[in-house]
Amino acid sequence: MIKIQKRNSSSSLIFYLSPIVAILLTLFFGSLIFLFLDLSPIESFKIFFIGPISNWYGLSELLVKASPLALIALGLSYCFKNNIYNIGAEGQLTMGALFGGGVGLFFYDSNSIFLLPTMILFGSIGGAFWASIPAILKTNFNTNEILSSLMLTYIALLILDYFVVGPWKDPTGYGLPKSRPFSDAGRLPVLVDGFRAHIGVYFTIIIAALSYFIFNKTLFGFKLRVTGFSSRASKYAGFRNDNLIIYTFLISGACAGLAGIFEVSGPIGQLYRDISPNYGFTAIIVAFLGRLNPIGIIISSLLIALTYLGAEDAQLFLKIPSAVGFVFQGLVLFFLLGADFLNKYRVLLK
Amino acid sequence: MKKQSLIIVVIAAIIVIGGAFFITNQNKLQDTAQDQKKIGFIYIGPPGDHGWTYMHDQGRQYMEKELGDAISTTYIENVPENADAVRSIRKLADSGHDLIFTTSFNYMDQTLEVAKEFPDVKFEHATGFQRTDNVSTYSARFYEGRTVIGHLAGKMTETNTIGYIVSFPIPEVIRGINAFYLAASKVNPDVKIKIIWVYSWYDPGKEADAANTLINQGADIIVQHTDSYAPCQAAEKAGVLAFGQASNQEAFCPNAHMTSIEDIWGPYYAARAKAVLDGTWSSEDTWQGFKDGMVEMSPYNEKLLSADLIAEAKAIEESIENGTLHSFEGPIYNQSGELMVAEGEVADDGMLAGMMFYVNGIDGEVPQ
Amino acid sequence: MNYDLILGILNIVLISTTPLVFAGIGELVTEKSGVLNLGLEGLMLVGAVSGFISLVITGNYFYSFILSILSGAILSSIFAFFVLRLLTNQIATGLALTIFGIGLSAMLGKKFAGTPINGLSPYYLIIFSFILVFLINYILYKTKAGLIIRAVGENHHSAYALGYDVIKTRYLTIIFGGVMCSLAGFYISVCYAPMWQEGMTAGRGWIALALVVFATWKPWRLLVGAYIFGGVAIMQMNLQAFGVKLPGQFFNMMPYLATLMVLVFISSNKVRLKLNAPSSLTIPFIKD
Repeated sequence: MIKIQKRNSSSSLIFYLSPIVAILLTLFFGSLIFLFLDLSPIESFKIFFIGPISNWYGLSELLVKASPLALIALGLSYCFKNNIYNIGAEGQLTMGALFGGGVGLFFYDSNSIFLLPTMILFGSIGGAFWASIPAILKTNFNTNEILSSLMLTYIALLILDYFVVGPWKDPTGYGLPKSRPFSDAGRLPVLVDGFRAHIGVYFTIIIAALSYFIFNKTLFGFKLRVTGFSSRASKYAGFRNDNLIIYTFLISGACAGLAGIFEVSGPIGQLYRDISPNYGFTAIIVAFLGRLNPIGIIISSLLIALTYLGAEDAQLFLKIPSAVGFVFQGLVLFFLLGADFLNKYRVLLK
Repeated sequence: MKKQSLIIVVIAAIIVIGGAFFITNQNKLQDTAQDQKKIGFIYIGPPGDHGWTYMHDQGRQYMEKELGDAISTTYIENVPENADAVRSIRKLADSGHDLIFTTSFNYMDQTLEVAKEFPDVKFEHATGFQRTDNVSTYSARFYEGRTVIGHLAGKMTETNTIGYIVSFPIPEVIRGINAFYLAASKVNPDVKIKIIWVYSWYDPGKEADAANTLINQGADIIVQHTDSYAPCQAAEKAGVLAFGQASNQEAFCPNAHMTSIEDIWGPYYAARAKAVLDGTWSSEDTWQGFKDGMVEMSPYNEKLLSADLIAEAKAIEESIENGTLHSFEGPIYNQSGELMVAEGEVADDGMLAGMMFYVNGIDGEVPQ
Repeated sequence: MNYDLILGILNIVLISTTPLVFAGIGELVTEKSGVLNLGLEGLMLVGAVSGFISLVITGNYFYSFILSILSGAILSSIFAFFVLRLLTNQIATGLALTIFGIGLSAMLGKKFAGTPINGLSPYYLIIFSFILVFLINYILYKTKAGLIIRAVGENHHSAYALGYDVIKTRYLTIIFGGVMCSLAGFYISVCYAPMWQEGMTAGRGWIALALVVFATWKPWRLLVGAYIFGGVAIMQMNLQAFGVKLPGQFFNMMPYLATLMVLVFISSNKVRLKLNAPSSLTIPFIKD
């Protein structure tokens, strides 16, 4: 008979063991898939997990992919800690790109050094603005934020669509749904010439460090923990829930907006329809895998980014369809999410 | 908690950095043979889409057959048209590919970006308009096929209403509508086309809805400029006629399918690969149609079209091929009655490339 | 406008809306019991591909139907195991399920893409969808089972105290939701647009998700809402074909905007909210 018991305190052994269990499970089921596809599991895993980061360019690409994921997930962790489920980061990212990118397009011939900072500022404002809608609906009308933020995501994507198809279409672009490119002053500097990793990485690291500090050392972080634990307890303590909801939404929206403007002013350099490969949704998984802990989020964003890169490499070097990459990624996510169980509960065999 | 986090950071750092250093460059794919040229493709969809990507993949296979062991080919499918595309294209360039075909318009900036970094690798960007020393562009004059189906539609329609399903308002698509309408109205001045924009290249359900809506509004011929074969299937079910897009769609709608406009990339791909093998490759702008075989009509359906009509269609193909006929012969007016192409002249490639207006006679406006 | 034209439009609306009804009613029951499953799109795709593949192999609509809903049942029970037994976060697990389903369906269907099949007439399932909504409405509001589902979704602790098996109830509603999603997928790949292509559901799972909220978790309203969503889309096509110029993005935005407004409306009043939304949505059940 199997019995499940809640752990009173999380055991440090299990804390390290649970991701290892997840990795072992992934290796096992992954091997089955690769064997089924007539591929050598060892070779395949090497291509999936080691190949993509086996040179400097690959490492830089890992940062290009992981940085927006981590940035958004960091913002989301404020909401999630507060038990507020903002799942509209994709929309907030889009609005950040739209606001910041709009500034870039309005001053498309500017060479001012203030252009980029203004774009970044407007990007975060855009994201925060879009996040403020579900926040206000939540505090004033008690509207479920999961559903409202999701609806707003689709609305945001269509608004971007409207602008790139209509008013902001590149007048010299043969009528194609793309904006004109931003001026050089509106492009995000890269870390090292020849690589695409950009200074957004610094922002991510700074925000991670700041979040670590805020979560552990400030009253605000304490409030978040208490409210997340029990909203009734926080009321007894006299914390104003509504303000907390608004703040956490604004923070997470601003982070997503930053990720959006970094993406368009960095690797992309203009506005078009598909600016984000679902960063806003993937970041939700990243946040949970990282257990809402800034360091955990950085690690999980790198891991998830690696599975994306691995899936691309697998197509090229293993000649397997892109779909296998998705399946594999799905498995990794399931196991990582599931392994968290060992952290919270004790399984007893009787 | 603090200690734990620190340990995690250290472990992660060791794994990532140490692992990376240890295996640096180990994984680069070695060339199997010295002289063999590697040719890579970037696909927007899966090769099994029976539309745009399918035909590029057919071209790739044709090239492999033509050149045999002299080349080897690779493709990456479902590459999104955003910042991720750079990585995929670069990966091909970095893993020793000599020639890379990027097969969607929206890979333009990404192709140029990677091409700048790899001056020795040759790039071929489909349907684009920006070239550099190592980036060629190529596209097909699909509109020539639209002239043929326009003629057939003008002759075949009984309700004088033709349903036209389109993806996005871009010059490629607008050009097709115009070429189609000019040919159809030439043989049948009463013909009307009803246009539905589905704002997607690929959504079988929506495409089927659009086809059914058009049929319901009296269209007896369905034309599409989207990628799935759902419109043709819908026409088959409703008992009306249809033309296919990109590949031969006869198998999916044998009783509705009159012909399809096929994209034939194989000979071009083989020629470009050959040029790389011979060292004669240079950056070019290629825009070919019937004449060079980049556009072909699928076998005309003899059950639906009379022998005379098939002969007429073939004659149009031939006169476009030998230059006696052009899809855009003046006088051509736009909707507000301005003369766009004068009598005795034909639209030049510049006008065709940026065509964003409807010709006179088409109802509705180009969506902005 | 003549009579035939209107009938024709209604027919198209019926055909194109039905997948939303199936996916929506399944999700409605799942959410009624307090579980939010965001994996609809993945479940629909797997249902679509398994229905298509089994039809190509067996040539029998019945087997294809059974295998399709079986695939949805299996995949959703994995989701159920994770969120109910391993207590993983429902949102993250649902998103992981979407990624997994998109990949799995594309992988399985690779060899079958572009195989021509004879589609099944959509009308059987269209009629079934109406009966289904009637049945679900009856079960939810007139039977003991419905009472248990609603009680579990309302407050799982008191439901548990009353002796109801919260976990078992949720297992069943999640699997029901999965079966309905795969049925929607089956309808799409076998009846609506008889073909298999990667990602062919094209976001309908997310619209179904909006629909459940739009309908304020009521089966009859879900049916009406689905037909409003579907009707607006088809109306927009009709207007286009009549030559009316329309802002396309605005029309596509309508379902989401309308849902948002309904959401705000029902939640702004405590009583109204209590009558509609399941209170323990997304909250995991942990026995103390």
